Amino acid sequence: MPEPIARVPIRLTVNGKRHELEVEPRLLLVDLLREALDLTGTHIGCDTSYCGACTVLLNGVSVKSCTVLAVHADQGEVLTVEGLAQDGKLHPIQQAFADHHGLQCGYCTPGLLLSSYQLLAKNPHPSETEIRKGISGNTCRCTGYQNVFKAIRAAAEGGGK
Amino acid sequence: MKLRLASPAHLVDLNFIRKLSYVEKDGTALRFGALTRHSEIEASPVAQQIPILHDCAAGIADVQVRNWGTLGGSLAEADPSGDWAPVLLTLSTKAHTVGPKGERSVPLSEFFVDAYTTALAPAELLREIVVDIPPPKSGGAYLAFKRCAPVYATASVAVQLTMEDKEVCHKARIALGCVGLTAIRPREAERALEGRAVTQKAIYAAAAAARAAAEPQPDSRGSVEYKRSLVAALTRRAIQIALRRSRGERVEVSHIYA
Repeated sequence: MPEPIARVPIRLTVNGKRHELEVEPRLLLVDLLREALDLTGTHIGCDTSYCGACTVLLNGVSVKSCTVLAVHADQGEVLTVEGLAQDGKLHPIQQAFADHHGLQCGYCTPGLLLSSYQLLAKNPHPSETEIRKGISGNTCRCTGYQNVFKAIRAAAEGGGK
Repeated sequence: MKLRLASPAHLVDLNFIRKLSYVEKDGTALRFGALTRHSEIEASPVAQQIPILHDCAAGIADVQVRNWGTLGGSLAEADPSGDWAPVLLTLSTKAHTVGPKGERSVPLSEFFVDAYTTALAPAELLREIVVDIPPPKSGGAYLAFKRCAPVYATASVAVQLTMEDKEVCHKARIALGCVGLTAIRPREAERALEGRAVTQKAIYAAAAAARAAAEPQPDSRGSVEYKRSLVAALTRRAIQIALRRSRGERVEVSHIYA
């Protein structure tokens, strides 16, 4: 029998809520979010740091949570798609994706929303090229991205970040 | 580890050593902490003093990967398709290491032993990367050809020139990425430029020598012949951009997408 893996205590804040847990050192951040905290809005697509479906913000910067260990988030702050809406009202970026039909099947949408959020937080008025570069780490297999660009432009014009 | 390339019995996380993340100017050199994220180099006004470093940092993969990946991690992993190795091999770069036997300063040209294998001893850590600022009349360019942002490049070429005057090249450093077990310095290509006027003829001769020096493997990114052709084209373009930059021209350049 292999020895049981020692668990590591971590503390982190997710969408403003504090959590204290004990996790296996090998646990990925995306699995912590989905399995331990039941925040299943963050999706697992490729599991190889390619597709960006699992994008979340860790301490204010976007990362692919399939390539971050849960222990990396110790003492940290995480923002997931569940943390974008406030008081039952969609975040302006979410509203723009809805208004401009910036999705089809929706699988990549949580990651695209977080990448758009990161982009507009750092650069409230991005050029077309900057939008493309900003979301180049997020793969969508349905839409061809045109409506995603429209949604991000609309969110930027509305001052929505 | 997820891909089972490594199965360590113990894992020590260095990420919380915040003091290992910095970009500093020190006299005629730039010093980078091993844990400096690609995005921090991209945003660093200090790193802009060597434009090729900014080009590389700003083009690696995508925003999320640049926010998480580190310069030291990229070098220590020594992936044959990594971006930093070819770029830094065209500059005078030293890797500062620390381990149980003390500290070492290893020229980057001696750092890469094989694919995924470096000169680091088992208990040794990469602590700092020191890059000399090139002299006046120098210019560099790094071109990595990718199918889309998150993938490794199909081929990449870094060029750093130091000119005697507007026409004649004093020193040329060229390195090829993704087309060998480690980044390759095509010495014949460098010799095709050094001590000569950088004419179209010289550029084509250097590109042909780079093409011959490449050791690509056929894979889903392309055949051997395709990758050699790509190396030649990227070499020509990178030399032309490096030449313009050596004359003080501002040229915006980053990774190229198919």
